[in-house]
Amino acid sequence: MSFLATKRKDSLIDRRGLWLLAIPALVITILMQYMPLPGLIIAFKNYNYGLGMWKSTWSGFSNFKYLFSTDIAARITFNTISWNLIFIVLTHTVAISVALLLNEVSRKAVKFYQTIYFFPFFLSWVIAAYLGLALFNGDKGILNSILNTLGREGIIWYAKPEVWKGILPIAHLWKQFGYVAVIYYTALIGLNPQLYEAAMLEGANRWQMAYRISVPQLKQLVVILVMMDIGRIFRSDFGLFYQFTRNSSMLYPVTDVIDTYVYRALLTLGDPGMAAAAGLYQSLVALVLVLVTNKIVTKVDSESRVF
Amino acid sequence: MKRLYKKQNFGSLGIIHFTLILLALVCILPLLFVISISFSEESDLIKNGYSIFPRTFSLAAYKMILENSEQLVRSYLVSIFISVVGSISALTISSMIAYVMTRKDFKASRMITFLIFFPMLFQAGLVPFYIYVVKFLRLKNTLAILIIPYLVTPWLVLLLKGYMSQIPKSIIESSWMEGASELTIFIRVIVPMSKSALATVGLFYLLQYWNDWWLSLLFISDDSMQPLQLLLQRILSNAEFLRSSLFQSASGVAVDISKLPGDTARMATALLVAGPILIVFPFFQRYLVRGITVGSIKG
Repeated sequence: MSFLATKRKDSLIDRRGLWLLAIPALVITILMQYMPLPGLIIAFKNYNYGLGMWKSTWSGFSNFKYLFSTDIAARITFNTISWNLIFIVLTHTVAISVALLLNEVSRKAVKFYQTIYFFPFFLSWVIAAYLGLALFNGDKGILNSILNTLGREGIIWYAKPEVWKGILPIAHLWKQFGYVAVIYYTALIGLNPQLYEAAMLEGANRWQMAYRISVPQLKQLVVILVMMDIGRIFRSDFGLFYQFTRNSSMLYPVTDVIDTYVYRALLTLGDPGMAAAAGLYQSLVALVLVLVTNKIVTKVDSESRVF
Repeated sequence: MKRLYKKQNFGSLGIIHFTLILLALVCILPLLFVISISFSEESDLIKNGYSIFPRTFSLAAYKMILENSEQLVRSYLVSIFISVVGSISALTISSMIAYVMTRKDFKASRMITFLIFFPMLFQAGLVPFYIYVVKFLRLKNTLAILIIPYLVTPWLVLLLKGYMSQIPKSIIESSWMEGASELTIFIRVIVPMSKSALATVGLFYLLQYWNDWWLSLLFISDDSMQPLQLLLQRILSNAEFLRSSLFQSASGVAVDISKLPGDTARMATALLVAGPILIVFPFFQRYLVRGITVGSIKG
């Protein structure tokens, strides 16, 4: 064994062995997560691909000034936060309701339903976009066929921002609710059966048991999950807004969120400085949000803390 | 004992099942539409639009794809390579670091834990990452950049760590007494005892690599290296891409593009890509469900 391995009785540690196990992950993390950090200065530069990030000229806060003096920051922030709030409320409400319903049927039936509810979660947003296309395609889509049969004119779905105010929440719900419902259902079946037995003896009916016992018992879990979602409220599901909408520019008033703006500013508009400024703004606010919500989660349940 | 309260009249149970079945339909109907379109005749779609049930039945789209699809086969190979190599490496590296984190008696383990999980709090973001990969690492158009970024995914490491920390310390200590090194303990004791957690995390990694389009969207422009998801995305954003690139006859003989299946082939391609996941996932659901519940509650 090496000199690093101290095989004394009070510290049963082979340090070299542990470092060996740790190093691959540390190297990857440093390489992928920490090394890009200096690149944040791009937000304060007039970035020029030829000159690179160190030699490009400083621009001070002008990228941020531009973002916040035009309506860009306000619009993408509003879209990001309001969409996430709608998604959070909708997903958790539906998921809890589904979990309560699942709790009423046999385990075998639960397995069947769970498999189906789960499957959208396993599809990528690219595949989901194909499913969307089948529904929303301009002249041939299923929805327009239905509208036509009803004697109404078809809608050019990918060019009408208003209709996506309804489509986006449904698409998000479709992909996520099974996942969240499973979490709530698992919590429900873990509840103490004596609670229900006592309620039964006192003559409570199914609804009363669901509302008086199940829901209050879930409260802590709801707070934790919702808080975790709120911690991520400044980030959005890029796939939903980019792939599922087929990146249709006509929909931007409704679909443009911080992540899609950063992506577009970087790769389409060719303005890395602006993109980096928007990205840094997002990262900083997200950091504060995660710290605050993590604090709340820790208060609710110390076992759920990460940091 | 829970059976006791599971008694109820058939009426309300019927309503509950009705609601649950309705939801299930909403979940799978779009997929059924895609299947129906892929088996339709192209000319019928052009004339009458998509329909919920196929009015005609044709295998032309599938035949076309399977006959002329060098690009599809290539992308399949790329995706399989990334998924297999990626998830095996990720699982190995992640379980190793997760074990080190559980060794509270190892002084550096706190600092290591912090280093690995800090990125959950703060990241450089897309722009610094993109420029770093393209200009500094020069990994554009390589398979490596489709694998490396996901090798250490913090929440999956967290899941493994949670599981491994439940393994009694006395077992590790007794192996120590027998003179085993940390590496031996990890391989002979920890890995066999964490099998179900490893299965869960391995599946999540597999899913992540198979479904990923984000990294290829950013870094792959070379057709020979595009994974399935990127190929699909290009076909989606440009209907002609399928006809022109996918069915470019290999022998150089010009194909009458207008006669090729368009929409039907698009949907058929999507199904051929989603297929493996759809067939495989019900069998592994048990592990995934466990991962989700443990991960979110204990996470």
